[in-house]
Amino acid sequence: MMETLFYLAAVIALSATILALTRANAAHALIYLILSLLAVAVLFFLMGAPFAAALEILIYAGAIMVLFVFVIMMLNLGKSGEELERSGLHARNWIIPGIMATLLFVELMYAVEQTSSLTSGTAVSPKEVGLELFGPYVLAVELASMLLLAGLVGAYHLGRRFIVRSGSDD
Amino acid sequence: MGGLQIPLEHVQVLAALLFSCGFLGLMLRRNIIFMLMSLEVMLNAAALAFVAAGARWGQADGQIIFLLILAVAAAEISVGLGLVLQIQRRFKTLDMDTANRLRG
Amino acid sequence: MNTLSLIPALPLFSAILLMVSAGRLPKQISAILGVGSVGLSALCVAMVAMGFMADGQVREITLWTWIAIEDFTPAIAFYVDGLTIVMMSVITGVGFLIHLYSVEFMASDESFSRYFAYMNLFVAAMLLLVMADNLLLLYMGWEGVGVCSYLLVGFWYRDPDNGQAARKAFVVTRVGDTAMALGLFLLFTELGTLDIQPLMAAANSQWQVGGTLPVLATALLLGGALGKSAQLPLHTWLPDAMAGPTPVSALIHAATMVTAGVYLIARTHELFLLAPATLEAVAWLGLATLLLAAFAALAQNDIKRILAYSTISQIGYMFLALGVGAFSAGIFHLMTHAFFKALLFLAAGAVIHCLHHEHNIFRMGGLRTRLPVVFASFLIGSAALAALPFTSGFYSKDSILLAAWSLPDIGPTLWAGGLLGALLTAIYSFRLVFVVFFGEANTEPDKQAGWKMAVPLIILCVLAAAGGWISQPLDDVFPAQGHDVVHVIEYIGIAVPLIGLLLAYLLFLGKQLSLSSLTESSMGKALQDFWLKGWRIDDLYHNLLVRPFTGFARLCRNEPVDLFYNSIAGALRWSHRSLSSIQTGELRWYATSMVFGLIVLVAIMLRNAS
Repeated sequence: MMETLFYLAAVIALSATILALTRANAAHALIYLILSLLAVAVLFFLMGAPFAAALEILIYAGAIMVLFVFVIMMLNLGKSGEELERSGLHARNWIIPGIMATLLFVELMYAVEQTSSLTSGTAVSPKEVGLELFGPYVLAVELASMLLLAGLVGAYHLGRRFIVRSGSDD
Repeated sequence: MGGLQIPLEHVQVLAALLFSCGFLGLMLRRNIIFMLMSLEVMLNAAALAFVAAGARWGQADGQIIFLLILAVAAAEISVGLGLVLQIQRRFKTLDMDTANRLRG
Repeated sequence: MNTLSLIPALPLFSAILLMVSAGRLPKQISAILGVGSVGLSALCVAMVAMGFMADGQVREITLWTWIAIEDFTPAIAFYVDGLTIVMMSVITGVGFLIHLYSVEFMASDESFSRYFAYMNLFVAAMLLLVMADNLLLLYMGWEGVGVCSYLLVGFWYRDPDNGQAARKAFVVTRVGDTAMALGLFLLFTELGTLDIQPLMAAANSQWQVGGTLPVLATALLLGGALGKSAQLPLHTWLPDAMAGPTPVSALIHAATMVTAGVYLIARTHELFLLAPATLEAVAWLGLATLLLAAFAALAQNDIKRILAYSTISQIGYMFLALGVGAFSAGIFHLMTHAFFKALLFLAAGAVIHCLHHEHNIFRMGGLRTRLPVVFASFLIGSAALAALPFTSGFYSKDSILLAAWSLPDIGPTLWAGGLLGALLTAIYSFRLVFVVFFGEANTEPDKQAGWKMAVPLIILCVLAAAGGWISQPLDDVFPAQGHDVVHVIEYIGIAVPLIGLLLAYLLFLGKQLSLSSLTESSMGKALQDFWLKGWRIDDLYHNLLVRPFTGFARLCRNEPVDLFYNSIAGALRWSHRSLSSIQTGELRWYATSMVFGLIVLVAIMLRNAS
């Protein structure tokens, strides 16, 4: 039962991703992407990582995707963008990316083949994660905080100029 | 709650497939927003691989790496979307084939 | 103030005054300052000389310490012995006469006071040179006279040729001066002092006769002497230095500065005696120079160039004398040469002055009756130069030849060479007299020599004629050198100049002998041209040194070293261009290349893992 759920979620994740990336309309694509992320969250949960699953839903499917929604709303993409996107998905443009993606996939498959085992089946609770995170990984946490701060400053800077300039342009 | 016992390879194949899909999207799409989405997919695929590895050993490290990837994704997307706004304002388009003014 | 220190101070003071006033003083005052200072200086020299004659004491005076660097403490100090007295007398005596002469010669020149400033500075520097107690001070005087020579050769600087001649004189002598400076360094590092007398004593006690160090040190000093005294191979500057005013040629390039090399060797003769090899080289160089210059003098047309080559030739005699160890004879010839060569130059200057600056002897002629005083001067000067009996030149040259003869082994060869030189000297000097003063008049003189010219000429006439009887107080300075008087040698020495005179008469005045068959032939023409150009040594230097140097400079102008670095920069620029062409600004292209790199990296990792 659980295994069926797992493979079902896997199929949903994959198909939703493919659909997301082939849509011409950005809003539609975003909905499919959220679906894909939710499916991955299910996978996390089934693999015994409830904390990761929660974060996937909260931050990935929640916060980050909401950012995308905001930007798409602000840009107000029209029909012309969709036409352009459709022409971009023409068959002859697929050749080189297709070959490279296949190559990459084959390589990854080759790497995966080296190991052969089952997942442990034991769940790792958020408490363990927290202890580990603020124990040996405290330096990584600090680095991540710095990265987020940089992202914050950068985003503020870029966005502020956008807003002020567009106001003064009018 | 007890975890599921499934072959690690299956999860890894799924992660590889998702990664390749993201890569294909990155290469094929011309709209910067779709390119950013593709990046998110690729990061997510990597995160899946880590969590699966953590589950294989029953250790917290996989989830911790997931957390870090999350931080990277958040930072990347906030700056990336800021750039999207700038690109739209400067070039009046999101088509990265026409917005190539950084040519050396 | 001490009389001794006044001697160089007076001309120096006058020079500074004339320089500072920058030509604003009236000509009379400039003349009084210029001539008077040297005259007073000459009086001081006379006083010192009389005192010296009376007691024979060496006079030493230390004014102040010039530099003090640990053990190296050269002082501004003077050392006056017999040799210095002789040199000082010549410098101030002849110098005074030439200054007096210059007043008239330069009367119409607009840079009158500049001329006297340079001349006085020269006299001061030259006095410093001969009075110096240490070699460093001597070197300062040495360079000082070099500078003055440069300034005075290029005195009429508006003509670029004069500037060229001045530069040549300066640069060529600089070659020798560099060698001399190296010699001073060597002496100081080896013997620890530059004070001449302690230096000689130290050399005598520390060095062996014929050792490497004395030979090296004296060879370097000799380099300086060769440059300053215009000896082979650094003689090329002197004929060109005739571009300066004629009194300058008389004072600097005949009587005093060019003999500084002779003085240097005489002053440091104890060093040279420790290096017989160098001394022999001095003799051979002197002989080669005197012959070479005498041949060159035969072919010249310019009155001053003839005298210039004869000066080189006569200094060759002095070097020959020094080389054979007859230092007194060398200094004796230095003195008599100063008299008669100054006389000849001043007389030549008078001729040039009276003939609208004509230099070519073949456009003169018949001046015997028109310029009697000048003719008499020239005749006496030439007689002394040719060493006709009982003139001053006769005694000095005779003693040199005699000293050469009495030297074992190489002596007779040197003597024969010197004798050949004497013959040539007689021929070229009387060729000059006959061509300029006899025959038909080609150019009329437009003025006569005034008293300021005539008086120095007459005094110098007396000196040139009778200077041979002046006894020099050199016995204490140089080692005594006795040689047997061989009468046959003496007679030959008397006869040879007379033969020369006769030959010159037959060739240039009586025309009994004709050179036309010789000069008409292509060989003769080529030889004449060859000698006219001074054995083409200038061309040799030009091709051997100047042209490679300018060629090298031209090569360097393209910066061959930079070529290497430029090629590196060029390669980098090229690679930069080719690399920057892949920066297309296409995000897709970047992504593709990144993924391509990723694929390759993963492939490598897998390969290593398996």
